[in-house]
Amino acid sequence: MPPVSRGFHRKRQEVPADRVPPGQYVTRDFPVLSAGPTPRTALSRWTFSVEGGHEPKSWTWEEFRALPSEKLTTDIHCVTRWSKLDTAWEGVSLDVLLTGLEHDASYALAFSDGGYTTNVPVADLLGGKAWVAFGYGGGPLGAEHGGPARLLVPHLYFWKSAKWVRGLRLLAEDQPGFWENYGYNMYGDPWREQRYEGD
Amino acid sequence: MAGTAVRGRLNTWLTATVGAVSDETARVRTLRLEVPGWAGHRAGQHVDIRLTADDGYQAERAYSIASAPGEPLAITVERLDDGEVSPYLTEEVREGDELEVRGPIGGYFVWEPSLSAPLLLAAGGSGVVPLRSMLRERLRAGSTVPVRLLYSSRSLDDVIYRKELDAAPAGVEVIHALTRSQPPGWTGYARRVDKRMLAEVAWPAAPPDGASKPLAYVCGPTSFVEAVAAGLVDLGYPPVRVRTERFGASGL
Repeated sequence: MPPVSRGFHRKRQEVPADRVPPGQYVTRDFPVLSAGPTPRTALSRWTFSVEGGHEPKSWTWEEFRALPSEKLTTDIHCVTRWSKLDTAWEGVSLDVLLTGLEHDASYALAFSDGGYTTNVPVADLLGGKAWVAFGYGGGPLGAEHGGPARLLVPHLYFWKSAKWVRGLRLLAEDQPGFWENYGYNMYGDPWREQRYEGD
Repeated sequence: MAGTAVRGRLNTWLTATVGAVSDETARVRTLRLEVPGWAGHRAGQHVDIRLTADDGYQAERAYSIASAPGEPLAITVERLDDGEVSPYLTEEVREGDELEVRGPIGGYFVWEPSLSAPLLLAAGGSGVVPLRSMLRERLRAGSTVPVRLLYSSRSLDDVIYRKELDAAPAGVEVIHALTRSQPPGWTGYARRVDKRMLAEVAWPAAPPDGASKPLAYVCGPTSFVEAVAAGLVDLGYPPVRVRTERFGASGL
């Protein structure tokens, strides 16, 4: 039994338990968490690459934006305990980016401008569960929130949705990314509160 | 270096007893926490705090650790009026109360005394807390790396750790920027941190004669961190030499 903190009481409203995972609270803001300066890459130099398949694939910004995209509204959950409901995004589904690509990989390591990486199982990127998002709230995705494009994997804690994403490295075996190397969970399911290693 | 200090113990909540409580400003308070079984931390890390109400309701938040490694664990908390945890920790809690902690958490925004680079610390408001842990660790470990702390506050009354910073040890320069109000006769900066200020305060990105390149730690609200980090990159700091920690308006 956890000790009771004398004089502490709930102040926030009850949150819908089917929308907000355990240990989270709802915010209307969109906080920013990054380990370093916000990178600024010119669109003329931007590419999105998939490495580790039988053949490497790469798209320029124009090629990427010419792919079929979709609009979606979803909830996002940050490991620092804020959740934001009904966020509106526009992006290219990973189903589109990975379709027809021959590979033997079970895992992917997303990599970003600025050196950030994070690992996600390939199965969590397919089936309408993940996007490379370039739009937010009806406009372009701002640089502080990961623009020009970020990974969006909303069913996992939001550090898996790598900002400034530039590609995926397909891997046969799981490999920790930036925060995972510092003790954060390899998978990061908010509904199971997988914040840290061992959760 | 990655991760060694954080793995293994994170999924264990430990009972903490609140020790000495001291007011830093009208809105900010430092709490000593006595935590049997605490494995220690590194300067710059944070800790998860969990409160449990008598009806079983729980709330968790992360707070930067204010003490140096080797000192009793302490956190410094700023009251956010619409918050749930920070008003409790700054107004209600008193010595002898119990709460839970787990951690330490974070391994990137960390300073070790073995690092020999000149240090540029930049703090906005309560972003000074993890940087204070680094300053105390520098002193405790006998490090002589030169340090400049650029610290942005609304007013002199909002400066956290003011006495301690006024008595900064040799090798540590504290440069205040007071953004909203300044006392009579104030000769320091009286505006938000901008590129010109950074150019005046920051160690040169490329020091002469092969000396160590500076290392910067920047902590504060998002707008502050964005401005400082971008400014340092403009001044030639490699992005990997600028480590940041941000909290949004909702980082309650």
